[in-house]
Amino acid sequence: MAYVAVKGGERAITNAHAWLAEVRRGDPAIPELSVAQICQQMRLAVDRVMAEGSCHDPLLAALAIKQARGDLPEAIFLLRAYRTTLPRFGASTPVETGQMAVQRRISAAFKDIPGGQVLGPTFDYTHRLLDFKLAAEGGLAPAAAMDEATMPDAMPTIASVFAHEGLLETPPVAADPPEPFDLTREPMTFPADRDQRLQALARGDEGFLLALAYSSQRGWGSTHPLCGEIRMGTVSVAFTPDELGFEVEIADIALTECLMLSGFASIDGEAPQYTTGYGLSFGHNERKAMSMAIVDRALRCADLGEEVMAPCQDAEFVLSHSDTVEASGFVQHLKLPHYVDFQADLLFLRRLRKEFAQPRPAATTGSMQEAAE
Amino acid sequence: MTAATNTEERYYNYAYLDEQTKRMIRRAILKALAVPGYQVPFGSREMPVPYGWGTGGIQLTAAIIGPDDVYKCIDQGADDTTNAVSIRRFFAAVADVATTEDTGLATIIQSRHRIPERPLEAGQVMIFQVPQPEPLRGLEPRETETRAMHAYAEYGLQYVSLYENISAFGRIAGGASYPVLVDERYLMSPSPIPKFDNPKMDMNPAILLFGAGREKRIYAVPPYTRVRSLDFEDYPFEVQSWDQCCALCGATDSYLDEVVLDDQNNRMFVCSDSHYCAERRTLGHSGPMAGHALAQAAGEAG
Repeated sequence: MAYVAVKGGERAITNAHAWLAEVRRGDPAIPELSVAQICQQMRLAVDRVMAEGSCHDPLLAALAIKQARGDLPEAIFLLRAYRTTLPRFGASTPVETGQMAVQRRISAAFKDIPGGQVLGPTFDYTHRLLDFKLAAEGGLAPAAAMDEATMPDAMPTIASVFAHEGLLETPPVAADPPEPFDLTREPMTFPADRDQRLQALARGDEGFLLALAYSSQRGWGSTHPLCGEIRMGTVSVAFTPDELGFEVEIADIALTECLMLSGFASIDGEAPQYTTGYGLSFGHNERKAMSMAIVDRALRCADLGEEVMAPCQDAEFVLSHSDTVEASGFVQHLKLPHYVDFQADLLFLRRLRKEFAQPRPAATTGSMQEAAE
Repeated sequence: MTAATNTEERYYNYAYLDEQTKRMIRRAILKALAVPGYQVPFGSREMPVPYGWGTGGIQLTAAIIGPDDVYKCIDQGADDTTNAVSIRRFFAAVADVATTEDTGLATIIQSRHRIPERPLEAGQVMIFQVPQPEPLRGLEPRETETRAMHAYAEYGLQYVSLYENISAFGRIAGGASYPVLVDERYLMSPSPIPKFDNPKMDMNPAILLFGAGREKRIYAVPPYTRVRSLDFEDYPFEVQSWDQCCALCGATDSYLDEVVLDDQNNRMFVCSDSHYCAERRTLGHSGPMAGHALAQAAGEAG
């Protein structure tokens, strides 16, 4: 009796969760993963969970990954559901990525730039060959050589390099900027301003943004992107408590930032300039930051007088569907029982089929004519 | 009725949400009651259950529940479906609230896809979980467009859609989420309840609250408000009916679920409202398959 199994769910739920805990642990003969191990050795997963979870806390993100058995969207959901219960005591001062302690910085626009090209810890140029030494628990990797002299204290951003010639659009800085839109407190509204769009993209699903950025590159709303700069490193986060009235540094966090140069435009009657798209992500995640920058630029099309033609340019399409937690929940809610609506459908379908088998020409034609009138 | 319990989940605030969030939701509820059928945007939060699984209804309940409430939660009309059990356990744990399966005893009834058969009373609050609050979304995907259509009460598109049903099928299709007009002003989705339940909303003495967590909208039907299901003079609104009565309790006035018994095309029809059916059986009513294993299973769960 399948129906009985659907009903009487209380015991079933308890037992299912006990089973889940058992499979999460796996074979007890294998040592258990610690949260610290995940935090250190699965760091890019931790970074993604923090970024889409909108919560910078590596240990909590690692815990979420452990609890979710490595299912990152599930871990993101766990972190979000925790984050939403936290009290908010204020907003930090904007971080200065120009002051970043850079670990990696590259520009595809110039061969050399002030501060130099710094590859840093990257998968780029690795040969994607499975390293079977790792399977044999390779032990400690030899420390990478580091020459302090080649790393300047501050690396000027590509934007500041361009600034002298005015080749690059420079977003105006308001003297008294309004509070930025906050999607964690307010529902999405349309038309969406850029602060709201950027927040949604920063929280948005990496795979979704990647696919949109890729579609744009393939001509579905092309932005002709060129990677002006990617930088990854740590920045200080500062907060000014009302009680103190002065700024206190509360954390150093890792960020990946991307400035994507795009086609020229004359904005507000100025001389033509490169337009830009912007991407920012917690931790080290260039795929996300670059995708975000391309989609940000694509979404600016209406502001820049371009025609909205492709999905990646359509703010309502992109922003309404970018959230992992929303999308994952709603797609999977189809697992819930729908037998009341299904019964309604069945009744209707059976009635149609009955009429199909035994047509009543006079009545049907009459009512059709009437309806058409 | 099950008495309140207190567990470790009370490390969170009473009823899970912080008080500021509850105030924000209550303000949205008041606005929704003041403009019947209008979808009020609100700052929906991530809940500890997934979007699409009742987050809107849970936030509404969390915002209005108090220790003196008696809470009932149903899914597909039944108290013992898995998601209803899960949500009921959540509030029993985080709100120290008494729970019940008895529709008459409940002060707050949270539901997915049904309105109980027993008429609601003044003082009760009915909370609907809503997957898609916008009745026009299936016809127009853009929120910017549908908001304008509501603002101008421009519902021609909806009527055209109903007319297209008639030309295709000879009648108005749509068994659930059948659109209604609230107080002759706002077009409203009744949530995916079967249209069988639509007439129950008209001039209902209870407060009807609708919560869509993922879509971040709250709307409401205040007590004694006109709720009219859309139709045409020559194609009047009609509800579902069955040739059978409930196989367990013999009811002829309830919404029936179809239960497949085997792969030989044998099936039985039973009340979707599990409490209504159990209560009728207690009162001595019986249907053609009374005493079936299903009745025992439902009795055990109750």
